[in-house]
Amino acid sequence: MLLIHCPYCEEERPELEFRNAGEAHVVRSANMAGESDEDFEKFFFIRSNPKGIIYERWRHIHGCARFFNAVRDTVTDKFVMTYKAGEPKPKKLPGVAK
Amino acid sequence: MAASYRISGAGRFSHAKVAKFSFDGKPYAGIEGDTLASALLANGVHLAGRSFKYHRPRGILSAGAEEPNALVEIRRDAARRTPNVRATVQELYDGLEAASQNRWPSLSFDVGAVNDLASPLFSAGFYYKTFMWPKAAWKSLYEPKIRAAAGLGVAPDQPDPDHYAARFAHCEVLVLGGGAAGLAAALAAAETGVRVIVADEQADFGGALRFEAGARIDGQDGWAWAQGVVAKLKAMDNVRVLNRTTAFGYYAQNFIGLVERVSDHLAAPGRDVPRERLWQVRAKKVVIATGAIERHMVFADNDRPGVMLASAARTYLNHYGVAVGRNVGIYTANDSAYAAALDLKKAGVTVAAIVDLRDNPSGQLVDQARAANIEIHDGRAVVRVGGKLRVNSMTVQKRTGGGERTLPVDALLMSAGWTPSVHLFSQSRGKVAFNDEVKRFLPGTYAQDCVSAGACNGTDGLAASVDEAYAAGAKAAKEAGGKAAKSAKPKVEASEGWSRGMLGAAPGAGPGTTVKAFVDFQNDVTAKDIRQAVHEGMRSIEHVKRFTTNGMATDQGKTSNMHGLAIAAEELGKPIPQVGLTTFRAPYTPVTFGSIANHARGALFDPTRRTTTHGWAEKNGAVFEDVGQWKRAWYFPKAGEDMHAAVNRECVTVRKTAGLFDASTLGKIEVVGPDAATFMELMYTNPWQKLAPGRCRYGLMLREDGFIYDDGVVGRLAEDRFHVTTTTGGAARVMNQMEDYLQTEFPHLKVWLTSISEQWAVIAVQGPNSRKIIEPLVEGIDLSDEAFPHMSVREGKICGVPTRLFRMSFSGERGFEVNVPADYGEAVWEALWAEGQKHGACAYGTETMHVLRAEKGYIIVGQDTDGTVTVNDAGIDWAIGKKKADFVGMRGMMRPDLVAPGRKQLVGLKTKDPNVVLEEGAQIVADPNQPIPMKMIGHVTSSYWSENCGRSIALGLVAGGREKMGQTLYVPMPDRVIEVEVSGAVFFDEKGERLNG
Repeated sequence: MLLIHCPYCEEERPELEFRNAGEAHVVRSANMAGESDEDFEKFFFIRSNPKGIIYERWRHIHGCARFFNAVRDTVTDKFVMTYKAGEPKPKKLPGVAK
Repeated sequence: MAASYRISGAGRFSHAKVAKFSFDGKPYAGIEGDTLASALLANGVHLAGRSFKYHRPRGILSAGAEEPNALVEIRRDAARRTPNVRATVQELYDGLEAASQNRWPSLSFDVGAVNDLASPLFSAGFYYKTFMWPKAAWKSLYEPKIRAAAGLGVAPDQPDPDHYAARFAHCEVLVLGGGAAGLAAALAAAETGVRVIVADEQADFGGALRFEAGARIDGQDGWAWAQGVVAKLKAMDNVRVLNRTTAFGYYAQNFIGLVERVSDHLAAPGRDVPRERLWQVRAKKVVIATGAIERHMVFADNDRPGVMLASAARTYLNHYGVAVGRNVGIYTANDSAYAAALDLKKAGVTVAAIVDLRDNPSGQLVDQARAANIEIHDGRAVVRVGGKLRVNSMTVQKRTGGGERTLPVDALLMSAGWTPSVHLFSQSRGKVAFNDEVKRFLPGTYAQDCVSAGACNGTDGLAASVDEAYAAGAKAAKEAGGKAAKSAKPKVEASEGWSRGMLGAAPGAGPGTTVKAFVDFQNDVTAKDIRQAVHEGMRSIEHVKRFTTNGMATDQGKTSNMHGLAIAAEELGKPIPQVGLTTFRAPYTPVTFGSIANHARGALFDPTRRTTTHGWAEKNGAVFEDVGQWKRAWYFPKAGEDMHAAVNRECVTVRKTAGLFDASTLGKIEVVGPDAATFMELMYTNPWQKLAPGRCRYGLMLREDGFIYDDGVVGRLAEDRFHVTTTTGGAARVMNQMEDYLQTEFPHLKVWLTSISEQWAVIAVQGPNSRKIIEPLVEGIDLSDEAFPHMSVREGKICGVPTRLFRMSFSGERGFEVNVPADYGEAVWEALWAEGQKHGACAYGTETMHVLRAEKGYIIVGQDTDGTVTVNDAGIDWAIGKKKADFVGMRGMMRPDLVAPGRKQLVGLKTKDPNVVLEEGAQIVADPNQPIPMKMIGHVTSSYWSENCGRSIALGLVAGGREKMGQTLYVPMPDRVIEVEVSGAVFFDEKGERLNG
């Protein structure tokens, strides 16, 4: 069971309290009606599914109930960092070689 | 009575009480402290089971968790029958009942042993190749027969009556393994004051000190030192000492699964103790001190009962006081078996000879053996053994071939060397590295905050292991915040130590031979099978494993993996590290389902949710149905009524006068804030800005992909306050979707969401007399049609308590939904019921609710929709706010496929014979005479008998359904074809006049 640092509660809590909510930084258009079929396909269906670093959303559903973002390595399952929803993709990842 | 092999003066339980037990119905006596294996051996019994595939007689190979052969069933009573228990770890208790497995009619005469004669048929990959044709025979004939003939033990056929406990625990240092190394590490860590947990799978701590007779630490015998350390650790408040506890799984971030066997060793465990306790431990640091496992020699017929590991024979002698034979042979490729020979000889057992594969072996133990006048045949191999149910001779030949010599023996002890137990390290995702010099895999790159110490780390010798482990324990504790430790490092004064040995097949099991030289006893895999796998094209060790099943089943290749790998590597002509090691996975040893399921079974498997009127419904004869976690009243039969009669009466009564229905399970969410209406516009397809406070609207929620997600009536209580209802099953996911969008897509909106599902009890009062029923109880709300029209909401009081009173209907009748704080739900229900009685009203359940709504063509999301139904498919386009710029699902529902013609649309279905009720889920076709498989054009989603319509009614999704009005379609059933006419979805009061009637 993973330990996940909730950026709102500011502490590590067991995975049981959280639920994964899919890839992060997938931007919903401010003009949904004007989206082309291709753009909507990209927005709704296409996910990066990387081997390695993934940016994803989690919800502290049995805790503070907040959605937040996390950087996780899909190979080791290790969390690199977590940050609040709405914050930009971190430029530097602690402990991750470029 | 068999002659006793108990050696007086030997072992650690000489004054223990006698424990009687039975094996295959035959009574025996052992002593308390024995394992089943040591007790059987004390009685001269080696034959313990039959093998998996060839049904070959098998004995006891080991004295520990690695045992592949001696698997038995332990029976306490009819329900407590545990198969595949290793006799080497099952502690003896008075009255223990054990039975051998995998044999018929008896262990010594097993009909299945014919497989052994037919073994050329059963070589590696046999199942995959032989039973390929005819294809249909696999499922019906081959697989059931193979499964019946093979397999390990029989699963119990009754529910497990035992109970299991579970604990979460946290510590700074967790020590896995309680041998000399583990105890030294635990001691070092404990002295710093940090929280320490130390666990060992055995009944007693000490590990290899069980058999290492020569060890001396801190001036005492090694075993006595270990017991002293355990006593010291147990007395410390910061230490938890867990014996009979196996670390079975090493998961992410130092999360370790331990299972503690609490009462399997007791003759009469009380009901107050669990059978097992699952520990889920989170440790800052882990010290792995899991030791090493001895390997067997791979030679012809090495599986005969009486052929066993040298260290096991030593354990039986030194720990249990049992000699495994009276005239034993030794076959080895390293020094450690010499120690067994010396101990046995000292105890008065004849040692026929030591056969050493090495030329000119030397060293202290070899010299001691020579001095003890033990015959040593060096540079020689045991090429086969005699005897079937028990070994009776060994045949020795020079390693390079030549003349043979046969020596009588009644046990043969073997040692090919020691394999470090890297299982838990590997489970932690650490990478092992092959040490070519000593030919073994050792911990290489660590993935977690742990450290290996002692034999599992490739450290040879007791002194070096204890030193290393003590340092590791001290370092781990210090890094985890411990104080500087007092120096009390154990001092090892006498130590045994050996390394090296051999991997793979010994001479006599060489290439080209047809002998059965077993690599994996549990899976009946021979050296020949591994070679064959390579010849048939398996290159990766993972493929070899799957093709031969080497290393599978309950022992997970603890003794066989390295031999199998070495033979494959030799055959492939590659060095071992290039062939690779199979991945170690949890569990280390088998874990019962009971300990994993633990409390989560029966009533505790899932919470049961009951509404406030549950007790009333029970008293009034309700039959309940499960709706998710909820118990809902299904129907209320009167005396003599079946379900059909009760539902018909309820349906008619509601439309004639009125009915009461508990709708409390509906999800309810309060959406509050200055931007509440804006947020509702984004979440639901409908327009909300212009909905006046005090009015309600049917709300339809989509997913972003444009499919229907949920629905429910929404009341606007004030400009900034909406009372939203959801489906019963959708409450949590709707709340989640709303929170998701509010927090992440529209965080600028000033809106707060609160789940109020459990705060409000909801009583639906439906029917022409509904207003008359509620009127006398309501205060402060004008109930006239003018002041309180259909689809309105008011706040006031009922029975003196606050209410949110909805004028709404899911029956098509004039109706109200009375929301009251849940604490008053039952009282208000009772009051409404008393009023209802005056008007002949009934209580009705979910079935009547379903029929009434279907008569009106109201959909149920999740029944008439299935996640692939659009708003247009469901025929409810009117629920879309046409002028809105955005809502969730707006773009998705415009996707080409979702607006293409020919989609399945929701329509009514009337059977030509009004008395025939369709089956929900039944498929619909246009032409019943087409060949099978027919082209399905739709299916029935809802179907009921409608007493109010005097006929059956149904809803269905039919391709292009709305263009097929009046057409005849067909529903093929196993026994007949049912004709249906496509109709509108409203079957009763098409104009909707009764809502105000």
